Amino acid sequence: MELIEKANEEAIRRMLGAEPVLIDVVPAGEIVPDLQDKMILHAGPPLEWDRMCGPMQGAIAGITVFEGWASDLEQAVDMASSGDIAFDANHHHDAVGPMTGMTTVSQPVMVVENKIIGNRAYCAINEGLGKVMRFGGNDEEVLNRLAWIRDVLGPAMGKALKDMGGIELKPLIARGLSMGDEMHQRNVACSGLVLRAIASAMARTSDDTTALSESLAFISANDQFHLNITMAMGKAIMDPVRNIEGSSIVTAMSRNGTDFGIRVSGTGDEWFTAPVEMPEGLYFAGYSEADANPDMGDSTIVETIGLGGFAMGASPAVAGFVGAGAASEAANYTYRMGEICAAENPEWTIPSLDYLGVPTGIDIRLVVDSGIAPTINTGIAHREPGIGQVGAGVVRAPMACFEQAVRRLAANLGLS
Amino acid sequence: MPSDQDDKSLLGGDLSVINVGLDKFASELAEHNVSVVHLDWKPPAGGGAELATLLSKMGT
Repeated sequence: MELIEKANEEAIRRMLGAEPVLIDVVPAGEIVPDLQDKMILHAGPPLEWDRMCGPMQGAIAGITVFEGWASDLEQAVDMASSGDIAFDANHHHDAVGPMTGMTTVSQPVMVVENKIIGNRAYCAINEGLGKVMRFGGNDEEVLNRLAWIRDVLGPAMGKALKDMGGIELKPLIARGLSMGDEMHQRNVACSGLVLRAIASAMARTSDDTTALSESLAFISANDQFHLNITMAMGKAIMDPVRNIEGSSIVTAMSRNGTDFGIRVSGTGDEWFTAPVEMPEGLYFAGYSEADANPDMGDSTIVETIGLGGFAMGASPAVAGFVGAGAASEAANYTYRMGEICAAENPEWTIPSLDYLGVPTGIDIRLVVDSGIAPTINTGIAHREPGIGQVGAGVVRAPMACFEQAVRRLAANLGLS
Repeated sequence: MPSDQDDKSLLGGDLSVINVGLDKFASELAEHNVSVVHLDWKPPAGGGAELATLLSKMGT
């Protein structure tokens, strides 16, 4: 159908033409649109307290104490369950967050600006692995780390980024792909590249050598530091693709631990949701599938722009880490995702696949027609609040989301 | 319609098979050392008539 094809051409043009730059780190309350006091933004499509999974409720209790709205976790749960705290989806505020995806007023958020359009997107700083708030952790250790990020690391990064004029992300991602990252479950190369880019500016703008040393050590010890930057970049790339009449390209995939939701360009900002699925993967010592929480997080924006599970071919090492099979299987994931995408990205290529561009622009028509669901690389949270990450794996987007979207787009176009 | 002679010719020599759809048929032939290529294919929209019709109108 010509209208759809032309609309999708425009969607791909906007995706490939984006110029995302990491420009600043700012307290969320100063920059995230319509974010207010006693308001918590979370991952995934919107949902109410009673339907939230354990880690999501645990993170909400923790961040409520962190913000000083409650004196302890028990009071925080009372407030959250009685309507004293407002909830909304990160995606409704130009923001994204991994796993539980907590965004609140005093947290520093990284700012990625798409220089072509001028739109901005936001994501909090990655806390590291293990017991952290994004996996539902909420004890003193977790809250103290968040306070240090708020008081020390965030301001230091913000000063450095302003001083150096920001970090261009498209070439950084291209290098990361050639160094074995897929940018969802493997970010070790990109995290190192960011450290190399920002270290001298952080030193130049710091007047506290202890804080500087701690900040550089934190970034260098966190192999997933770049994940949150990839996510803000993904949101900055995809937001201008929204609302192109007739387009069947997916603009967001996201999950809140209860529902998986997608948005499609030609159907506006409506969410098409279905129950989340359980990841299949590998577990840390002492944990098993019985401990796992269903799929969660805004990090599927990474797959929406052609990275993560779509770029598995660039990252054979991650195939083993997430239990996706032999390293030689990694290429097959990328080829399979190519069957449901409208284009390849000529600037983000995979050297070991003869410089194949990563699959770009998920077309809901191709998903439903082929029966091939998007493959997502993901961390696995413990199903109880307060424990944290217990493994990593692969999960598929529910086909029901795409079937609903096809029906709605067809109705919008007068085809049903 | 093939003639009886065609059938005899087909089965008289070495078989080379392209299997479409269910991979079980391909694996059974492979176990008997028959040359076989499997094509991974499923009906559009999982065989659902309503969605397949919509997709056809939408240009897939």
